[in-house]
Amino acid sequence: MKINLEELKFGTELIKRGFAKMQKGGVIMDVTNAEQAAIAEEAGAVAVMALHKVPADIRATGGVARMADPKKIQEIIDAVTIPVMAKCRIGHIAEARALEALGVDMIDESEVLTPADVFFHIDKRKFVVPFVCGARSLGEAVRRIWEGAAMIRTKGEAGTGNVVEAVKHMRLINRAIFELQKMNEEKIYITAENYAYRYAELASRVREEMGLEKVSRNDVVFEEYTLGEIIDGIYEILLEIRELGRLPVVNFAAGGVATPADAALMMQLGADGVFVGSGIFKSSNPPEYAKAIVEAVQHYDEPEVIAEVSKGLGEAMKGLDVFKLSEEERLQTRGL
Amino acid sequence: MRVTVVGVQGDVEEHVLATKRALKNLKIDGEVVATRRKGVVSKSDAVILPGGESTTISKLIFSDGIADEILQLAEEGKPVMGTCAGLILLSKYGDEQVEKTDTKLLGLLDAKVKRNAFGRQRESFQVSLDVKHVGKFEAVFIRAPAIVEVGKDVEVLATLENFIVAAKQKNVLGLAFHPELTNDTRIHEFFLKIGECQ
Repeated sequence: MKINLEELKFGTELIKRGFAKMQKGGVIMDVTNAEQAAIAEEAGAVAVMALHKVPADIRATGGVARMADPKKIQEIIDAVTIPVMAKCRIGHIAEARALEALGVDMIDESEVLTPADVFFHIDKRKFVVPFVCGARSLGEAVRRIWEGAAMIRTKGEAGTGNVVEAVKHMRLINRAIFELQKMNEEKIYITAENYAYRYAELASRVREEMGLEKVSRNDVVFEEYTLGEIIDGIYEILLEIRELGRLPVVNFAAGGVATPADAALMMQLGADGVFVGSGIFKSSNPPEYAKAIVEAVQHYDEPEVIAEVSKGLGEAMKGLDVFKLSEEERLQTRGL
Repeated sequence: MRVTVVGVQGDVEEHVLATKRALKNLKIDGEVVATRRKGVVSKSDAVILPGGESTTISKLIFSDGIADEILQLAEEGKPVMGTCAGLILLSKYGDEQVEKTDTKLLGLLDAKVKRNAFGRQRESFQVSLDVKHVGKFEAVFIRAPAIVEVGKDVEVLATLENFIVAAKQKNVLGLAFHPELTNDTRIHEFFLKIGECQ
């Protein structure tokens, strides 16, 4: 069959969500150069996340964390055959467009980098390339899905090597879905209004300062959408979640997964797969560590395999006590 | 009829659901399971290799012995289907990407595949495709591979420009796209009936 270019459809919801579905049951590894990317691919990673620095180093260095150097990303793209993802700052449309132009396969609009916009995330439906976004709660997850995210991941607390926050976020989302399944349409609509209010914050603040009337359903509050359209869109997503008993997009665990057992724990809590950030290349034996985490995700419900792959792996990354971090040091509070 | 979806990695659940719907449409009494362990494929009447990352799936099925069970099932003439990454694994020959990554293939389809034949994710597309024995089908290609050469025993079912995107060799069916992502179950139905024709 000859291809009629006009008949080809690119960047549809089906294609974007479909890409994320192909990653299920897999491990996506943070890498900072071509050599690390090759180690990840060899270990069985389903994709790599190209970064300038792993989150633990971003934390240590401080300052503004931005999109990685495109030259670095290009080197990683050239080094592996598996998909390459890269991070842009929350709300940074220009970084996202640059990553799309580079040929990155998925963009992580990530709280690990310094946010560029305190009001809004990117309207991801306007892109051909799919996005993944972090979430701490069902509200955050649903807002990102409404904006067009094809994949959700827990935020956890990146660069700490401490799984506690990833567990917390997965539990919060799971519990909220459980509650949703007992709710009628009327109650779900109220939840949709609560979840959507975040989009009206900018307009509300400005109007209040100016002494104007409150924001109503018919006001355009984000891009070309009125508050009413956003509420209705979020309501539809909530109904779909109630029906499915899970998010309508792939949901990965991220933010503090450091060991094979951590990865298995997140899979047992219902994650579709795992992102490992600093955990692999901050360990004492990255190739073995990477392989062990891939095995642990595949055999998450077989304790004997978890025990076997965890033997003699050497030092895991050192890790941080999340509870001792100050509010400013907590990356998860970025982008609501 | 017992159908097993190899569930080590990829869009496994989507194939399970599509196959269940196809069985229902065909009024065939059967069950569909997904497995990450050996010992299940060998007790099946048909097996599906899903989409995902071929490098990852290959490592896991060859290290766990699932690969041998698939080969055995194919030898017995039972239907075997692979979509996208699954097509790569079913094929006999790969391109330089397959060789570079040292990806082991099952070699059940006398074909040479090219990985990421259409480009990266931003070049991924869907199109209404003519599929032999099935008809027009909305085909979703995601970082899809394509077949560039086939042996004489292979029946070509669909092409796009110079690429072969669906092919069948006796009981083995390989597709470069993802019928499991749409609600249209005709390809899964065609697959389930392959056994009857053999």
